[in-house]
Amino acid sequence: MSHHDQYRKLKSTFMSVLAVFCALLVVLPLILVFFYLLKMGFSSLNLNFFTKVPTAAGENGGGMANAIVGTLELMGLALIMGVPLGLLGGIFLSEHGSERTNGWIRFGADVLNGVPSIVWGMACYTLVVVPMGGYSAFAGGLALSFIMVPLVLRTTEEVLVLVPHAYREAGLALGIPHWKITVNIVLRTAFKGIVTGVLLGLGRVAGETAPILFTALGSTSWNHSLKEPIAALPIQIYYYAISPFEDQNRQAWAGALVLIVIVFLLSTSVRMISNRRKRA
Amino acid sequence: MSDQAKSVADSSPSAPTPAPQPGSASPASMPSAKAEVAFDIQDLSIFYGKTQAIKNVHLQIPAMSVTAIIGPSGCGKSTALRALNRMHELTPGARHTGKILMKGEDLYGPHVDATVVRRRVGMVFQKSNPFPTLSISENVLVGLRLNGVRDKAFLNQRLEESLRMSALWDEVKDSLNRPGTSLSGGQQQRLCIARALAVRPEILLMDEPCSALDPIATAKVEELIHALKSQYTVVIVTHNMQQAARVSENTAFFYMGSLIEFGPTEQIFMNPKNPQTEAYVSGRFG
Ligand SMILES: Nc1ncnc2c1ncn2[C@@H]1O[C@H](COP(=O)(O)OP(=O)(O)O)[C@@H](O)[C@H]1O
Ligand SMILES: [Mg+2]
Repeated sequence: MSHHDQYRKLKSTFMSVLAVFCALLVVLPLILVFFYLLKMGFSSLNLNFFTKVPTAAGENGGGMANAIVGTLELMGLALIMGVPLGLLGGIFLSEHGSERTNGWIRFGADVLNGVPSIVWGMACYTLVVVPMGGYSAFAGGLALSFIMVPLVLRTTEEVLVLVPHAYREAGLALGIPHWKITVNIVLRTAFKGIVTGVLLGLGRVAGETAPILFTALGSTSWNHSLKEPIAALPIQIYYYAISPFEDQNRQAWAGALVLIVIVFLLSTSVRMISNRRKRA
Repeated sequence: MSDQAKSVADSSPSAPTPAPQPGSASPASMPSAKAEVAFDIQDLSIFYGKTQAIKNVHLQIPAMSVTAIIGPSGCGKSTALRALNRMHELTPGARHTGKILMKGEDLYGPHVDATVVRRRVGMVFQKSNPFPTLSISENVLVGLRLNGVRDKAFLNQRLEESLRMSALWDEVKDSLNRPGTSLSGGQQQRLCIARALAVRPEILLMDEPCSALDPIATAKVEELIHALKSQYTVVIVTHNMQQAARVSENTAFFYMGSLIEFGPTEQIFMNPKNPQTEAYVSGRFG
């Protein structure tokens, strides 16, 4: 081996090591956070945590059952209210509309995507909480759905424009009405991509605190109505983390662990779906 | 140029027989199928924005036979073909002047629905495009299903008939539930033909259907076109002159958006009247 070859090999090894090091540096915080959460929170994950509502301040025991269910409920509300609008908007951008209007809609969606989430909380406070005379699960779900709409809209459009034009032409040449082609051919072809976009959106809103803080408010008991305040993991974590009681601090860690697992499960299903798409 | 094209078109085999009167045409009442005109194209011009792709074309396409459209690439073959089932309308900025009568009816009349036109005038594209999410049988039946046909027995019968017509039945009858995209290129194109035939159009348009196929698959599709002409009017665009000579009764030669010559295929290839046609079919340009 010549000197030159040896030098090249050395350089290549060095770059590989550097790349691995940088990759580790990126995932390190995630690993650290996860293990720290496990260490701090796992011991408080017991049956009570998953089945009981919070006890009065200072008393030990109790759990976050209502907050876990509340978070899932808020995600469900965001899904119901946000996805149809985002989906239809994405379909409009990709299948209808002119270049000019589409440019403005896209610009609007991108601006909305960048709006700090607390602004959605304030907007829903003004638009819903004040007129309805109180905090409510509905207002919280609506605030989260505002975050989902532009996300779902843009991902839907992106996956729909990837569907080759030839399929739409083939459908139209068979005398199938445009909307039926959109629903039965185009959406079906892009289905996995759309589901991926929706799941990513849900993962994003699952951990949002600011928009629900003064819309859903949080609660220490079960929610029975969309018009009542509802508990949510991020809010419960927030209050328990700054509480002076140690038992509540421990539960905050456990709550954070549960929240991160929910988000992790959502991302894993996204990965599973997109892997299946590659194989298909 | 257009005057000359017109005079050539007027000497076409279908011209001496008077075209059916607009409105009175009905396929059932036509005793002599050969005499019928499928498309009566009158002074058709098509524009993409400012560029003119088709220039004042007059052409009568006879029914129940195969008409080939030939010409060098970019001469407007696809544009002319897509005007016949109103597909060109889907191109942003495309517009046309002139008239196309289909069996006497104005194809672009104010009360004519493009969707209905496309149900009557099927189309096969250059690149095969079976729907990737649908199985072989779903691909064939999609046109019927999405237009509301639910009758199971009827659908099954149509499925077999259409696949037999496109000479694909024996190859796929045991794998009807496999994805349409799992077939070979030639099979996919025949699947697309079956899909177009399943809605029983009156006319079938084909835009270079064999350009992506190997010789064996091409031969199969050509055989199929032969078999179809007893029941269908076929208009096929091809840049392959041998193919035009093999499959068609009449041939239209386009050059730079104008119809240069139209007549019986033999005449176009053996004894063309126009020197440009002569130059093209003898391979001196294009
Ligand atoms: N979508 C389009 N937009 C603008 N010009 C087009 C479009 N499609 C075709 N043309 C132009 O129209 C002319 C005829 O095209 P086409 O009908 O596709 O020709 P051919 O099928 O004979 O190759 C060409 O000059 C082409 O550049
Ligand atoms: Mg073409």
